[in-house]
Amino acid sequence: MPDLLFELFSEEIPARMQRKAAGDLRKLVTDALVDAGLTYEGAREYWTPRRLVLDLRGLTSASKDVREERKGPRTDAPVKAIEGFLRGAGLSSIDEAETREDPKKGSFYVATIVKPGRPAADILADILPSIIENFPWPKSMRWGATSSEAGSLKWVRPLQSILCTFGPETEEPEVVDFAVGGVAASNITQGHRFHAAGDIAVKRFADYAEKLERAHVVLDAERRKDMIRTDAQNLAFAKGLELVSDEGLLEEVANLVEWPVPLIGAFQQSYLDLPDEVIRLTIKENQKCFVLRKAEGLSNSFLLVANIEASDGGKEIIAGNEKVVNARLADADFFWGTDRQQIATEGFDPWIEKLDAVTFHAKLGSQGARVRRIESLAAKLAETVEAGAALAARAAKLAKADLNSQMVYEFPELQGFMGARYAQIAGENAAVAAAIEEHYSPLGPTDDVPTGPVSVAVALADKFDLLAGFWAIDQKPTGSKDPYALRRAALGIIRIVLENKLSLPLIPAVKAAYDQVHRDAFGQDVTAEIRDGGLADDLLGFFHDRLKVYLRDQGARHDLLDAVIDERADDLLAIAGRVKALGEFLDTEDGKNLLAGTRRAANILAAEEKKGTTIAVTVNADLFEVEAESQLQAAIAKAEKGVSDHVTEGRYDLAIPFIAALRAPVDRFFDDVLVNAEDEAVRANRLALLQSIGGVTAKVADFSCIA
Amino acid sequence: MSHDPKTSFQGLILTLHDYWAKHGCVILQPYDMEVGAGTFHPATTLRALGPKPWKAAYVQPSRRPTDGRYGESPNRLQHYYQYQVLLKPSPPSLQDLYLGSLDAIGIDPKLHDIRFVEDDWESPTLGAWGLGWEVWCDGMEVSQFTYFQQVCGFPCQPASGELTYGLERIAMYVQGVDDVYDLNFNGGTGADRMSYGDVFKQSEREYSRWNFDVADTQILFRHFEDAEAECQCILAAEPVDPKKGQAIVMAHPAYDQCIKASHAFNLLDARGVISVTERQSYILRVRTLAKACGEAFLATEWGGGPAEK
Repeated sequence: MPDLLFELFSEEIPARMQRKAAGDLRKLVTDALVDAGLTYEGAREYWTPRRLVLDLRGLTSASKDVREERKGPRTDAPVKAIEGFLRGAGLSSIDEAETREDPKKGSFYVATIVKPGRPAADILADILPSIIENFPWPKSMRWGATSSEAGSLKWVRPLQSILCTFGPETEEPEVVDFAVGGVAASNITQGHRFHAAGDIAVKRFADYAEKLERAHVVLDAERRKDMIRTDAQNLAFAKGLELVSDEGLLEEVANLVEWPVPLIGAFQQSYLDLPDEVIRLTIKENQKCFVLRKAEGLSNSFLLVANIEASDGGKEIIAGNEKVVNARLADADFFWGTDRQQIATEGFDPWIEKLDAVTFHAKLGSQGARVRRIESLAAKLAETVEAGAALAARAAKLAKADLNSQMVYEFPELQGFMGARYAQIAGENAAVAAAIEEHYSPLGPTDDVPTGPVSVAVALADKFDLLAGFWAIDQKPTGSKDPYALRRAALGIIRIVLENKLSLPLIPAVKAAYDQVHRDAFGQDVTAEIRDGGLADDLLGFFHDRLKVYLRDQGARHDLLDAVIDERADDLLAIAGRVKALGEFLDTEDGKNLLAGTRRAANILAAEEKKGTTIAVTVNADLFEVEAESQLQAAIAKAEKGVSDHVTEGRYDLAIPFIAALRAPVDRFFDDVLVNAEDEAVRANRLALLQSIGGVTAKVADFSCIA
Repeated sequence: MSHDPKTSFQGLILTLHDYWAKHGCVILQPYDMEVGAGTFHPATTLRALGPKPWKAAYVQPSRRPTDGRYGESPNRLQHYYQYQVLLKPSPPSLQDLYLGSLDAIGIDPKLHDIRFVEDDWESPTLGAWGLGWEVWCDGMEVSQFTYFQQVCGFPCQPASGELTYGLERIAMYVQGVDDVYDLNFNGGTGADRMSYGDVFKQSEREYSRWNFDVADTQILFRHFEDAEAECQCILAAEPVDPKKGQAIVMAHPAYDQCIKASHAFNLLDARGVISVTERQSYILRVRTLAKACGEAFLATEWGGGPAEK
């Protein structure tokens, strides 16, 4: 069966887009082929900075004929109807149709339409152009003389050539005949930009990959990564150094080269006095190079990956890279010196004062005002998290000061980190310095959460202020739009609270945050009506949504979340505890049976309510006829007390066994007792007893939500 | 004197002039106004609009007030040179043409690691954007390579290719010096040698002081307002010369005022007197001017409008 080799060769594709684009190409082509009635044995995609490639094997050589029957009118139908049928079915005379009998309808015509199968090469020539024209690049562009025409081809960067060969292994493959945007498919590709000149004609994947390799192109990105890893480790080892591995950087670097050549360079020893993070950032982010480590810490060597085997063995390349790294570190060193000088002579105050001149948000005032809010909120939260109020306030006051340092102006990624370094230099308390660094955390769902009490207080205050502020001015996230990263802030609070096992009721914290931000935003105190009548509830609902998403990602059942979260639930730790305890309980035999029992009780009650059957208001023991009734009543009373005691303490794990104890009496009740007794009073009493089961379980969860 | 880019700064410029002249460019002189980048030259901004083919190359002195270091940094300058090439429409072999120019100035791609690294260009004040790369030579950004997609808020039909070379960086590279002020400017030796420092160190010091401490921000705010008003006034004028009755759209004079407003904004921004929120509104005001200028240019002969008699 024939194979397809498809290469889209262009000017350099951004490194971050290549992997996904190649995957998209495979999916789009294979989906379209399957839609057209073809099958294939396997498909694999490849990519380099200049090409997306699809290697598709064992494609059926043609699609099958498709036969379709079309029912026509009765044989005695008017001529016009029969003519219409012939036209619609594409028949030239009624003799080509077949006559069939139907006991009810009588005899009627049937036409068989055969759609002949098509050669795969024709199908390919049909589908590939539109895949190219509608390719899902995140950003695409027009180029050249044709770009003035409406509808001209768009690609991520100019598309230079298309290679598309198709044919069985044993024969000379053919070039699939199509053209897009003035580029005709051919069997020609290009090798490495600087190591191989001229056209390369290829037949199929095997000789394509081999010829590319000879032309200094390693087609497989995973192999390029392996080559870099191995060579880099060996080079580092030879110098007594260790490569600091960085998979993200490796992926990027492997997609910046077709022929990876790792080399080692070094920067001036004296720059090692800079904070490691600054060196790492300069080398990694700006230069796409790897840092190297020696036993006692960072080394002044770094590893770069060139795209050529230079004629001088790489001397010039190393010298050039060293020059750039040295120049960048010289700049960083200058800023580091200036900032430290300022801290030594004037302290943090000038930076803090400058925050008043920076707008945080037009409606929410300056960065300085925001810092003052965080300061007072952090002091309030300090008690809950067992941090000293004075330390928390101090940390909050300094938290954003480094935004006015030269270093952070130059390296915005170092916000917080630099602040902490400067706080250490200024002799601030270690917990304060740590809080300055950690208060932005957690940034992502896997990012570390702060654990020190002062850090926790400031991190929470920062996020509560942010959320309350944007809620107050009604700039909540909508759909995919969340420009102020409010979802991330809420998730941050959730993770800080849960991972630190904090019992922190949200409503008071949210209200405190509102009170101050409203004053800053609107110049007056918030009314209780606005604050309590909607805003706080709405924000609480937002927390509930984020909590559900978070716990679900952790593997919690969504029905249990619904069963446990009610509108006013504002203790995140308690909610998470309940979900966990409930989930574990429901996995036990007792749990499953009790759930079945409560469900049965609920069904009976619902059915009787519908019928209008009377249900007694209270259970009357005098009306009991069977022992199981009194046993159940006693069990419910016992459970009621046990559950209430522990729930008020928030100990749902301890409350659950009391619920579990209901299982046996409930089962016995259903075995021994006929709810639908003839005596109306007895029946009403039994229904009331059933109802009281739900009354107890509801204290732990709404069992009707459980699937 | 030498024309060899390896021994003189001016040799580098002359070599690029020579190279791009051979490839059909008109070799223009710098625009006679203060700008932050070579893109502002009307030979790029305005001529990138409209359907007519256009090829130009020129050096543009560019000013970045915040980069001033009183002549003390080996690689930061508040005044430096960009070499700018605009080719409309972008030719199919633009990357090869560009690499040819590197070869001409002595950067051998078999010896040096040349890389095209994603860098999408955008100028919010000009309402312009394009896709392209920073070109790296041994880890150093030596050029900006952009396929213009939109300028002054209008689509580029056809798209132009824009190349911007950072001349001082490249010169330091090919001359093998670590301090910009040590560059040999004229290729002379002994007493005849003029360094980049001889030419610019004093003025760098003077401008640094002025930019950081002396420039009067109130005057700059006024300059901004005046330029904005003048630009609007020029464009509001009847597009007909009252003396001869001839149709004349004044796109270029209006655009000069747009450049002035944009530069005043840059200086104010550098002085840190524009808050984050105000910043957006200033950018929008300049963009509005740029858009109006682009619209005016599209109505002129070189913008593809009716031919003027």
